Amino acid sequence: MHSLIQGVILGVLTGGVYALMASGQTLIFGVMKVLNLAQGAMVILSAYLAYQLHSSFGIDPFAAIPITTAGLFLLGVTVEVLFLRPLRREDRAELSLLVTFAIALLLEGVMSLVWKTNYRSIDTSYANGSWTVFGYQITLVRLWAFLMSAGALGLLYLLLNKTRFGRAVRATVQNPESARLLGVESTRVSAFGFGLGAATAAAAGSVYGLLYAFYPGSHYDLISLLLSIIILGGLGSIGGAIIGGLVVATSSAIVASTVSAAWSPMAFFAVLIVVLLVRPRGLFGTAARGAI
Amino acid sequence: MKGVPGMARAVVFFALLASLPSFNLAHWVLNLLVFTLIYAVMSSAWNLVGGFTGYPSLGHAAFFGVGAYAVALWFKHHAITSGYEPFVVLPMIGLFAAVLGIPIAAIAMRTRFDVFAIVTITLLFVAQTLAFNLHGLTGGAQGISITVAPFPPATFERPYYYVLVALLGLAMGITFLTMRSKLGLSLAAVRADEDKARGIGVRVTGVKLLVFAVSVGLTAMVGAVWAYYESFIYPQFAIDPLITIAIVLMTFLGGRGTLWGPVLGAGILEGAQQLFAYWLGGSQVYLIAYAAVFLVIMLLLPRGILPTIQDRIRRRRRRGTVNAVAVPPALPRAEVTVGGGAA
Repeated sequence: MHSLIQGVILGVLTGGVYALMASGQTLIFGVMKVLNLAQGAMVILSAYLAYQLHSSFGIDPFAAIPITTAGLFLLGVTVEVLFLRPLRREDRAELSLLVTFAIALLLEGVMSLVWKTNYRSIDTSYANGSWTVFGYQITLVRLWAFLMSAGALGLLYLLLNKTRFGRAVRATVQNPESARLLGVESTRVSAFGFGLGAATAAAAGSVYGLLYAFYPGSHYDLISLLLSIIILGGLGSIGGAIIGGLVVATSSAIVASTVSAAWSPMAFFAVLIVVLLVRPRGLFGTAARGAI
Repeated sequence: MKGVPGMARAVVFFALLASLPSFNLAHWVLNLLVFTLIYAVMSSAWNLVGGFTGYPSLGHAAFFGVGAYAVALWFKHHAITSGYEPFVVLPMIGLFAAVLGIPIAAIAMRTRFDVFAIVTITLLFVAQTLAFNLHGLTGGAQGISITVAPFPPATFERPYYYVLVALLGLAMGITFLTMRSKLGLSLAAVRADEDKARGIGVRVTGVKLLVFAVSVGLTAMVGAVWAYYESFIYPQFAIDPLITIAIVLMTFLGGRGTLWGPVLGAGILEGAQQLFAYWLGGSQVYLIAYAAVFLVIMLLLPRGILPTIQDRIRRRRRRGTVNAVAVPPALPRAEVTVGGGAA
């Protein structure tokens, strides 16, 4: 029982970070109907950026978030303009899978060239600190990471619901044609939407190095994890991605703490299969349109 | 595809393939040919699902791994009697993978396009996790070895080469028959609009499962030949996302839903891949170059080489007849179709 509850605590804290990564990916899908297979590579890239900022300039990974999000936002916009916009509409869904995978490979190649392929992790003074509450251990880094993720998701919520740009994004998600008719600049929304998705990857990635050791190939693990989360929540639903992130991380952590860490990746696949059998469009997915 | 010239093309192609080893080619050339064939068969097999039904499976490498581990496990429990024995077992491995593929397809194909891609890529990573974790079966990260085949070193590659040529013949034969049959039409209907296809009485689920099973069966047989050729397999190479992506890319490059496209794509890309690996050595620059080629192909030739060329030839022919005959009523119709082709 103790290890079960400990697993739940760990899972919820980690799940917050996964929810942040996945919300960006599901946002990109909602806006553009593009599955960004490079989301994981973008997370790892910003983990390396945070690592570099920390080791060269002594900037704390949490303080590095504004820098990495700005950088990845620009990268996201560039990728959209250069590689996704030229795709023809009718086979965009099909080709964008391959294009974003190619971008993931490109980023992996660049990362292994710049930072080599050995494992890195970010070491801070508070890296090993933890609180013990009723006999359960709460790692400080994970707690901060969780709070940061919650804060970032809150900002994303405000951005989408309280600004003009957010309204344009939501309109595009609900009905792209009508949005265009009403004067929404769809190309700009696509570019900024992709950039925004990349920026959430950056915020989560900056603290990724505090939680896990990583190397350029780590993004492969994230691909299936993030995709399972957004399917579970329903493609295009940010609320679904948050729930999905928590469910996936908690189930993996429970399996890791009660069975074995090696089998934890299987937990979310089992969850995914059950969801697909019962409700193929995911927990919060709508039949045709995305919902934010 | 059009009767006699198509048949002649196939006969010439396979005769050429079969006679290649007798030219005393260097080992590295034969090795390159073996790998090109491996990818040509797998791309042709993937094309059956991805090209004809439009379901982009990203999980085929999992079945490649199933074949590879199947042959390794077979030799763990059976003493090898002759070097050709694994080739005799091939059809059984293919059948096993096909049967394994049916329930997987039944679940995965409940979903449509994007979600299907996700489910299959997740399947790939699950298979890799299993290969790493089931130490008793797969040897885990330490890998598993297969007795090296007792073929003479001078002609070591030849048996693999001929078996792969036969598999390519099988894959292309199945593709050819599919394109000429009602099955092909059903698949085209699924690709165009699955709900409408179901509405007019196409057995949507049946044809999808059938074609998926055949496709992964072929892929597993290639995996088995590969494992026997390498004689040592590790989880990260037997079940490699890059294999999936390579075969998808090859099919896209050559032309989806065509008979020769996947073979052409495999020939071009595998050659380029080996050249990059040879010139650039280290995996990092190689990966960057590969990704760059990948992006350029997607942006410049989104429909693939063969469909683009066919379109161009057709357009030129049509323009020729229109100019020669110059019958006024024919003009508008020709223009309409030309416009449609160009869009």
